[in-house]
Amino acid sequence: MTDADEEKVEVVVVGAGLAGLSAAYVLAEAGIDTVVVERGDYPGAKNVTGGRVYMHPLRHYLPDLWDDAPLERYVTRETITMMAEDSSTAVTLDTERFREQPYHSYTILRGTFDRWFGDKVAEAGAFVLPKYRADDVLVEDGRVVGIVMGEEDEIRADVVVAADGVLSLMAEKAGLREPQQPKHYAVSAKEVIELPAKSIEERFNLGSGEGAAQLYFGALTKGMLGGGFLYTNKDSISLGIVVGIESLLEKDPKIEVHDLLEEFKSRPEIRNLIAEGETVEYSGHVIPEGGINAMPRLYSDGIVVVGEAAGLGLNMLLTVRGMEFAVASGVMAAEAIKEAREKGDYSASSLVRYEELLRDSFVLKDLQTFRHILGFMENPRLFNYYPQAICDIFTQLMWIDESPKPNISSTVIREALGKFVNWSTVKDAVGILRI
Amino acid sequence: MNIETKLGLDVFKIDTEPHIIIDQQICRSCEEKYCLYVCPGKLYSINRETGDMEVDCSGCLECGTCRIACVHGALDWNYARGGFGVQYRFG
Repeated sequence: MTDADEEKVEVVVVGAGLAGLSAAYVLAEAGIDTVVVERGDYPGAKNVTGGRVYMHPLRHYLPDLWDDAPLERYVTRETITMMAEDSSTAVTLDTERFREQPYHSYTILRGTFDRWFGDKVAEAGAFVLPKYRADDVLVEDGRVVGIVMGEEDEIRADVVVAADGVLSLMAEKAGLREPQQPKHYAVSAKEVIELPAKSIEERFNLGSGEGAAQLYFGALTKGMLGGGFLYTNKDSISLGIVVGIESLLEKDPKIEVHDLLEEFKSRPEIRNLIAEGETVEYSGHVIPEGGINAMPRLYSDGIVVVGEAAGLGLNMLLTVRGMEFAVASGVMAAEAIKEAREKGDYSASSLVRYEELLRDSFVLKDLQTFRHILGFMENPRLFNYYPQAICDIFTQLMWIDESPKPNISSTVIREALGKFVNWSTVKDAVGILRI
Repeated sequence: MNIETKLGLDVFKIDTEPHIIIDQQICRSCEEKYCLYVCPGKLYSINRETGDMEVDCSGCLECGTCRIACVHGALDWNYARGGFGVQYRFG
């Protein structure tokens, strides 16, 4: 860039992910002079999701955006699979509500989606600047007044929106966050596996355009906090594994994430679903799981923090959420900036409005409600004992051989009493009540 | 499929400068060496001749797991420079 020293805009957004682009979209629509700085070659180049996005919150916060959005498949079948060593038990929800428009959730690939969203943001009037990495916040008299890029370039702004993802070096450099602790984060490894649409629809029992979302927990993470996921895209499958970083550090003997993913892929439950598929991409991502206990400060003089940079993610075991928090927080940051602009005051006492909006919304309410869930999920029994116990009971019920079969009620009652009524399980049940 | 083959599927724009710098002094006194197995790209290794910890930044997925896992602070960690590093097509 030339004459960068002289450059001054109203808002500079660091990171063209969902949170940053959502903020920029609302700001640009309001005629506010906005630049989005993105270190990748294009928006989405550095972004990874599982992934599936829940649409109702998105439609609420960005009502006009979705008609021609390049989403993958609308999810009509939700499956949770509990995996034991050599068996698994699955529960599937298929409800007509998932087929009612507007659809509840879609599978998504961020390389496609964010690139499209970046174009929308540019059409709305923001300037999207790819291939530039923000290196630091520019601070004068104790307040953030812009960003520094490389040795020479800087962009001055009334306010910086830190949307630079889960590691948020911007929030850290602005002094809003302590060093990140392994216990608050998980690592994910994912493959995108191409398969013809017809094969996907046959294998997963889907109509045209319909999608499947599957979560797996149990033996696949060897007692560690985490699980597997599978989402059907239009003509590919996103398949991956997530493990808590602290669990991984403490694991003995040591095991690597990509090996866990390979073992997961080779299980009969998975290998038939991806047979003849061709892996076309491998990705890694860190996921914030510390919830409300691990968030940075959300604002300061001249800066707000949004999306994963703000630690906005929630693993609720049966559902994993983040992208709708990203969009909602980006929009609320933009609303707070619009109010600050009217007052001509971008200090912390004005930008506190952003946190107030978040507190009054589902974002911080859900994080508050589920504040104990990480502690609950750190229980290894959840990932080894219970899936094994459930699979053992089902195996007993289903297995027929030449010996006389006890009646079903005695099998279930005897097994259930033995496996589910003891000191540990009662303690775990009390744990569930706290969630 | 081994990890090298998997990384070979991704688009990387390789920079001449590494974006992760390792403090060898801290590494030598580290017993756990978590970085050797937390990296989803398996990019950390110990040089057999020098005993130094090495990271192959050219295959870095820029996830940041090593930055969080290195509890001793041996990593001067940054993202790849603008326009370099992994460029996800699917994400």
